[in-house]
Amino acid sequence: MTYIAKPRVFHPSLEKNELGLTRRDYEGVMSTLCAGCGHDSVTAALIEAAWELAIPTHRAAKMSGIGCSSKTTAYFMSESHGFNSVHGRMPSVASGANAANRDLVYIGVSGDGDSLSIGLGQLCHAVRRNLNLLYIIENNGVYGLTKGQFSASADMGSKSKRGVPNEQPPIDPALLGLSIGATFVARGFSGDKDQLVPIIKAGIRHPGLALVDVISPCVTFNDHVGSTKSYAYTREHFREAVEAAFVAPKDFVPPADEITADIGSAEVRDVRMHDGSVIRFRQVEGDYDATDRDAVYGYLRERQNAGEVPTGLLYVDPESRDLHDVLGTVDRPLWDLPFEELCPGSEALDALMENYR
Amino acid sequence: MKTDRVNDFALKIGTVNGTGSASANGLIMQSIFRMGVPVSGKNVFPSNIQGLPTWYEIRVNGSGHVARTPDFDLIVAMNPETYARDIEELVPGGWLLYDSSWPMADTLRREEVTFLGVPLAEMCVKTFDGGRTRILMKNIAYTGALAALLDIDMDVIRGLLEETFGEKKRHLLDANFEAIRLGYDYATDNFECPLPIRLEGMDATRDSILIDGNTAAALGCVYAGATVAAWYPITPSTSLVDAFTAYCRRLRVEDGTGRSRAAILQAEDELAAAGIAIGAGWAGARAFTATSGAGISLMTEFIGLAYYAEVPCVFFDIERVGPSTGMPTRTQQGDILLCAYASHGDTKHICLYPKDPAECFEFSVHAFDLAERFQTPVFVLSDLDIGMNDWVVPRFEWDDGYRPDRGKVLDAEGLAEIETFYRYLDVDGDGIPYRTIPGEDPKGAYFTRGSGHTKYGKYTEDPDEYQEVIDRIAVKIDNAAEAVPAPEIRSRPDARYGLITLGACDGAVREAIERMEAEDGLRLDYMRIRAFPFAPEVARFIEAHDLNIVIEQNRDAQLKSLLTLETAASKERLASVLRYGGLPLSARHVIAGVKDRLGLAAETAEGVGA
Repeated sequence: MTYIAKPRVFHPSLEKNELGLTRRDYEGVMSTLCAGCGHDSVTAALIEAAWELAIPTHRAAKMSGIGCSSKTTAYFMSESHGFNSVHGRMPSVASGANAANRDLVYIGVSGDGDSLSIGLGQLCHAVRRNLNLLYIIENNGVYGLTKGQFSASADMGSKSKRGVPNEQPPIDPALLGLSIGATFVARGFSGDKDQLVPIIKAGIRHPGLALVDVISPCVTFNDHVGSTKSYAYTREHFREAVEAAFVAPKDFVPPADEITADIGSAEVRDVRMHDGSVIRFRQVEGDYDATDRDAVYGYLRERQNAGEVPTGLLYVDPESRDLHDVLGTVDRPLWDLPFEELCPGSEALDALMENYR
Repeated sequence: MKTDRVNDFALKIGTVNGTGSASANGLIMQSIFRMGVPVSGKNVFPSNIQGLPTWYEIRVNGSGHVARTPDFDLIVAMNPETYARDIEELVPGGWLLYDSSWPMADTLRREEVTFLGVPLAEMCVKTFDGGRTRILMKNIAYTGALAALLDIDMDVIRGLLEETFGEKKRHLLDANFEAIRLGYDYATDNFECPLPIRLEGMDATRDSILIDGNTAAALGCVYAGATVAAWYPITPSTSLVDAFTAYCRRLRVEDGTGRSRAAILQAEDELAAAGIAIGAGWAGARAFTATSGAGISLMTEFIGLAYYAEVPCVFFDIERVGPSTGMPTRTQQGDILLCAYASHGDTKHICLYPKDPAECFEFSVHAFDLAERFQTPVFVLSDLDIGMNDWVVPRFEWDDGYRPDRGKVLDAEGLAEIETFYRYLDVDGDGIPYRTIPGEDPKGAYFTRGSGHTKYGKYTEDPDEYQEVIDRIAVKIDNAAEAVPAPEIRSRPDARYGLITLGACDGAVREAIERMEAEDGLRLDYMRIRAFPFAPEVARFIEAHDLNIVIEQNRDAQLKSLLTLETAASKERLASVLRYGGLPLSARHVIAGVKDRLGLAAETAEGVGA
């Protein structure tokens, strides 16, 4: 249950990050999701990524809407502020919070019902606004809490538990994001933590909205034969388009050394971000270019038409300008500005009054 | 022989929207204001960009009664499409100024009206080049004719034009003044000027300004320290955020960097606008959204969240005629109940009801203080009349000693003094818990949710735990009754009856009270409600009168309903006078309605025109 805290017992040998925190410090309350739910694996990946990035827990804000996915913000980072808002509206609440305090790490967790149906408009406009937010969609093609209705991401022909095929075309968040200017688009699979953790790390560090679609099977309502969002189907059709690693600024290996570093002999392409961090792509698909929006879009369409589920850090715009860059706001978080800087005072008011004579 | 009516008349200007008449009308209004004479201007405009009829109503009253009146002494009819209606609306003995470049049909003539034809188009075609210029100048030219007919000070007009155009736009200044001269000279040469309705300089506006409520509210937001504004364009609230944006460009720019100390986000819809304001309030900023009733309808789910999760934020509702799209460019007080209880489940909200732009400025600041002190959404219910029309109000003043009331916020220091922080615990017994700002201190972290929660902030489905929190919130909101602006009460000796109203009705009701006392010897007490939940004085006023007539601008007597629901006052003590056709209230309708309710009616309320 969400109100049952996990016992905070620490083994002295637990590995610590640079803040001296163990992975346990990044955990939340006990999950109430079904045993085997893909979302719990996403939670585990989030904990791992946040720990590896050594995010001070109280400097993160976890934002969510409503649904199974949105519950997960309670299951990691207990010492972070969380906001479980209303159905489909996490993007606007996150936008406001980010406008008020640009310095926090915003982690938004949503689902396919929350983001692709009731909240589709909010998703699109948050993408356009490009606020600095990790936006995870835990995508299982189905409504869990209301017991098994198709969601907007269900594939054509995918069968419900009762065997009824879905006959409406799906909304693909990755294609959608690419078409409306998302500056970071990724797709992962809850069953592949090794791939997901670097994506989340890069997404958190990305200066803008990082849209991460995670196929996260619903073991209760959508994990049967005939479903295209099941563990088995996803494993079978999973195709890693590109392997990406997030390299923090201090870890960045200068290009001259990279071939001899641990990357091996595979072709490597580094995309350097504004803050000096680097996303290092090891190209598994020949000439795949994760900074070419149109090419990525074409590639996704092609692979999906071939029945595959292309995954990886699919697209990144190294020139991303976030909400505050566009608005031109001051560096200091707006909420924290001293009143003297905000209120022009009586003298200014007197002068202003002359304009209304 | 007509007697002179100095500084006491009403005129109306009928034009086609999109022809630039707004600047001409504003010039007339501002000139009268600069002459020191109390004046009001009401823009009666269509929901349209170009080509439909639009009117501007000006009332001049040396005694300061400038509520709208439906009795027009002079009408400037520049739109042939509305000639018939315009002529109909003149009082007997009135004047119609029209463009005589084209003949006026004889069938339109009215015996008791004096027709003043000025060949405005003809003169402007002769004098100016270019179609657009000629149309614009035609409007400026009627200003000149009015200056002659009403005795508007030409030096004042000249001065205003110079301020508008300055030396840089000398050619525009010259053209405008030439157009004014055309109208002025024609009127002087052809009519007996001035008319018996005319102006005389006074000294009644020296300490006043001419400002609309949306601009005033925006300025209030700047002074209150608001840093996040989220909105979706909707008439008649759009100009509030436009004004906030313009002020921030002047007053909220960081030296050196030129960067902004405010974030203004145009959202995809009102739902998102509410979400952004709530998110920002949660993160510690003073945040607001501005909308109209249709927007509030969309925001109600979020409003419930802010109420239950106890997030401070301010909602400006610039009311317009509903339901549904209604009449977007007409005024009403139709959102009183909506805002008082917005959202599903048990909710109740602090609402402020400014009467004019001066109170819009003042109440904006109150609204942020109340929102933070009570950790809840606060509504400022203005309306189209207040928000979009220019009003003569006292100059705004500011106390430099003011500091925002952030309410009970625990910072790192405060958190260090307590063992464990619980977001929804009523530590002080006043119903208001402590909150923290996200990111400030690990000890202050908590989980905010719109789902059932305990006083410790944990999820719950337990009946007692749920009720404990929701009951505490009720106490908190009830306690706000003592903190909100008290009603304005004006008592006359021996008055048996009370008139109760709110917001923009104030001017018309006070004028009606004075006239009924002067003309009928009727003494009436007055109470203008300024906020909800109702201050204790409200119920006392009702109980002190045999009958209270509640005057408001909606069909369903929403304020009266709210008084019945939220005070112990008996229903029998309350009656209604209601006007809700979309035009600002006038004293004439109040008088007719009140007399009717008191059984004194010479004419019934229904017998009074628009």
